[in-house]
Amino acid sequence: MGEEVTFHGMWASPFSRRVELALKLKAIPYQYIEEDLSNKTPSLLRYNPVHKKVPVLVHNDKPVAESMVIIEYMDETWENNPFLPRDPYERAMARFYAKFIDDKLLPTLAKLGQTAGKEKEETIEEIHEQLKVLEDELKGKQFFGGQRIGYLDIVAMILVWLHLAGSITGQKVLSTEKFPLIYEWIERVMKMEVVNECLIPEEKRQDWIQLAQRAPKSASN
Amino acid sequence: MKWRTIFSSKTMGDDEVKVFGMWASPYSRRVELALKLKGIPYEYIEEDLSNKSALLIKHNPVHQKIPVLVHNGKSIPESLVILEYIDETWRNNPILLSQDPYDRAMARFWAKFIDEKILSTTRKVSFTTGKEQEHAIEEVTEQLKLLENEVKGKAYFGGEGIGYVDIVANFLVFWFGNLQEALGINIFSQHKFPFIFEWIQNQLKIDMVDECRIPKDKHLTYIQTKLAAFKSASK
Repeated sequence: MGEEVTFHGMWASPFSRRVELALKLKAIPYQYIEEDLSNKTPSLLRYNPVHKKVPVLVHNDKPVAESMVIIEYMDETWENNPFLPRDPYERAMARFYAKFIDDKLLPTLAKLGQTAGKEKEETIEEIHEQLKVLEDELKGKQFFGGQRIGYLDIVAMILVWLHLAGSITGQKVLSTEKFPLIYEWIERVMKMEVVNECLIPEEKRQDWIQLAQRAPKSASN
Repeated sequence: MKWRTIFSSKTMGDDEVKVFGMWASPYSRRVELALKLKGIPYEYIEEDLSNKSALLIKHNPVHQKIPVLVHNGKSIPESLVILEYIDETWRNNPILLSQDPYDRAMARFWAKFIDEKILSTTRKVSFTTGKEQEHAIEEVTEQLKLLENEVKGKAYFGGEGIGYVDIVANFLVFWFGNLQEALGINIFSQHKFPFIFEWIQNQLKIDMVDECRIPKDKHLTYIQTKLAAFKSASK
């Protein structure tokens, strides 16, 4: 397809990086526009007037906003390396667990930075319960998608970010003993070049932790 | 597009479809509406949310919420996930999501907007008072204006016939009006939202939409009971 693909993103946003990962997995050439969220470009505001957020994918001048909507759009437009399985029930399960990550796990992780003492302990308990759901989903599988990386793996990259954050802050919410399958999955995906290309570069990781601790609500979606 | 041929048409006869739902839930009603529109027979199980059945918990262990669709023993929770599953499994008319990937993306975008913004802010309107409620009312009014814009000049959100976004927006046909009456507020009027009101009139012409009506008096009592319980719990 002779296509023009532009992508508005932000280096510290997991939502933005997941779309980048999807673009790279499908080997779609794109022009990247790094957004300064305190000074958004007029194009971003024009392409996403409703939310004014990243990520936004613009394909032949047609904008698509919301990371999961973008990822499904990509899967339906570029047929190589499919993200979602063919079977409707398996597709439903992938969407269900992706929603679970975005609607439950991510907000609880965001809460973590803002709590202390007993409340923090309770939040960690909550995160552990949510991680258990994902641990169970990996049983008998190499990837969330089965034999190959897929839709849910892309969304689950937040687990890699959680692991990296833990290594930096010393606060390991994601323990190897409690979540051995998640750990194996993390090791497996981190061997992939495309995955590493979409992680926060090492030299920016300290900045990223400080940024995350200051601003619990991500300005991106 | 290859993906169009992935989904096979089901024969209605050999399917067992169950819905675990709740009569006053807009999320539950939208699933019933989709099944009725597609002519899919189903067994409905009414859940008492203060005393959830063991079966519901078995079919939705993660969230323990309604609605849940159970198709030949396989459970699917989350209304938007269920709607897409229905459309992908039963390929008869009405086709709920367009064949075009961009139109599908737009439909999913607005469905998400309805759930994550409008319905979420509506919950704030219901459960707050004073300045906080005023602010939530302003917020939801702005959000409804965006939806008003989306349906301007169209009979349906999808364009030619009832579709995914119309089903997700079904909360506007009965549920939202009942809620604002119970709360004694006036966010939503024909004067403020003429296009949404026109859309509602079109929706009401469809038998299956009327079949999914939330009975008003019963609903008002239900809301008032819930609000009273919330107020006394938060004292």
